Amino acid sequence: MPETRLVTKRLHDRPDDSWTIEGALATGAYDVLRTALDLQPATIQDEQVKASGLRGRGGAGFPTGNKWSFLPEGSYPRYLVVNDDEGEPSTFKDRMLTERDPHQLLEGIAIAAYSIDAHLAFIYIRGEFALGYERLMAAVRDAYDKGFLGENILGSGFDLDVVVHRGAGAYICGEETALLESLEGERGMPRIRPPFPAIEGLYAKPTVVNNVETLSTLPHIIAMGGAEYAKLGVGKSTGTRIFSLSGHVNRPGNYEVELGIPFRELLYADDLGGGIPDGRSVKFIIPGGASSQWLTGSDEHLDAPLDMDEVQQRFGVMLGSGAVMVFDETTNPALVAWRLAKFFAHESCGKCTPCREGTGWMEKVLYRISHGLGRPQDLDLLLDVGDNISPGLNAPFSQTTICPLGPSAVSAVVSLNKYFRDEVMAMCAHDTAVPA
Amino acid sequence: MPFTPTNVATAKEIIGRYPRPKSAILPLAHLAQDQDGWLSGEAMVEIAALVGVTPAEVLGTCSFYTMFKREPVGRLVVSVCTNVTCLVTGGPEVLDHLRQRYADDDDVHVEEVECLAACGGAPALQVNYEFHEGMTPERADAIVAEYQQGERTARTISGTAV
Repeated sequence: MPETRLVTKRLHDRPDDSWTIEGALATGAYDVLRTALDLQPATIQDEQVKASGLRGRGGAGFPTGNKWSFLPEGSYPRYLVVNDDEGEPSTFKDRMLTERDPHQLLEGIAIAAYSIDAHLAFIYIRGEFALGYERLMAAVRDAYDKGFLGENILGSGFDLDVVVHRGAGAYICGEETALLESLEGERGMPRIRPPFPAIEGLYAKPTVVNNVETLSTLPHIIAMGGAEYAKLGVGKSTGTRIFSLSGHVNRPGNYEVELGIPFRELLYADDLGGGIPDGRSVKFIIPGGASSQWLTGSDEHLDAPLDMDEVQQRFGVMLGSGAVMVFDETTNPALVAWRLAKFFAHESCGKCTPCREGTGWMEKVLYRISHGLGRPQDLDLLLDVGDNISPGLNAPFSQTTICPLGPSAVSAVVSLNKYFRDEVMAMCAHDTAVPA
Repeated sequence: MPFTPTNVATAKEIIGRYPRPKSAILPLAHLAQDQDGWLSGEAMVEIAALVGVTPAEVLGTCSFYTMFKREPVGRLVVSVCTNVTCLVTGGPEVLDHLRQRYADDDDVHVEEVECLAACGGAPALQVNYEFHEGMTPERADAIVAEYQQGERTARTISGTAV
């Protein structure tokens, strides 16, 4: 199964200049914007975006058309905010789309803003993406010069300004309400919802927050027609998605495939992952980014389809941000769980006690387990700490915290217990407390 | 040092992009780092005056974000990823090596960072926010040396091309 390239087509076709205005225009950029501006906004929202079944590509998978429809009628100003704060471990698709096809993103932004009647859009780009920021700024400048942004876009009477805003190093700002706080010049701490951003978002005004890949997909939906796009994929996972494949695979990288192909195909197909180095076997997979629970290398798991709903219902995992991390038989799962706990402990914003305290404790306990100093009761201690953050340890999770960061940190512990309890217990042979 | 007249003008242009001036705190802190090589207390006081909040509010915001260096860090910030993909492909070895190699070099600030979104080329690092993938201790050494010797032009401490 080869890739199905829609969103990644230009950057593959024009590897030397896909990010420039010349390269973009030579491959049809902004053609669809003309079409879209001739349509009624409601038509785009209903007959294109809702009909396409497009779901957010940032992690939560919420239907994009529905998200737009929550904006209260007649309430202005309203804003479009673009989430380009990609930080979910092992996700690297939005950086690629930003660096190598910023005009596709701007075209998607213009279409979305027109559809929701917003006249000011902010792109919140992760601070560490220096090249992406540079290319985005150049693309915005060129788009203004050519009349694709600014006043009276392409003679349509529609005005749109775009501001590119750099973050400064905080994973939590990828959470949409923390992102809005950060954009207002505050510490990036999530807000209690409701009110949802559609009602009270940026500067307490109605706001839509959409991910880079989501918006980059819009021009293709308009070009194909929503109904036609919905024929791609499987079930309610329509279309294509870019999967960021990494770890123990021969060909790590971003692959855009139709939703619904099995994990096995993504990992092993010659023109996708190309198999595991030295013919080793898969021990476990973390699908959907660090926040997801894990899968193993069992046939049942490898044959599972890349379908957001099916993997959630059958295995309690999520496709999340589209990251797929592969770990071979040589990997110590407790060490990976420790490093993820360290990540969440570092990135916890500190607002909610169960997460602030719990992630730190999980990191300490997992450190001693993974470094051969674990005690027999440690795995159950971890589950207890996890239960205080995410009562019941279920998927989809419940939470004692404002945002999903805390429960996300619990996923690795639950997976360790579920699939590797014996292996972990064997590492927990110390019968006296060892200071972490 | 205070913003240069050119940067004061840039700061005012940046503030004008936003419906509310306080939104400009992050971009202005980046601008200060571009100019000074770190984010000084003096700069935060100046940013506070420009956006109309107290210096404490600027510190409160800036202290949340890892990219803002509130003490001098030398000329090069080397950010080495050790998150899980880099963990299993040799990131920690690169970090340990660079930390030892540059322990006594005030010009080079080596730090451990979280996922940089370069996992397809793990292990990865950044030098002043410029990406380098497929690292080994030796290759990382050679790259840092190239920046030091001027064979590569480093971005500013906030990652702006110069």
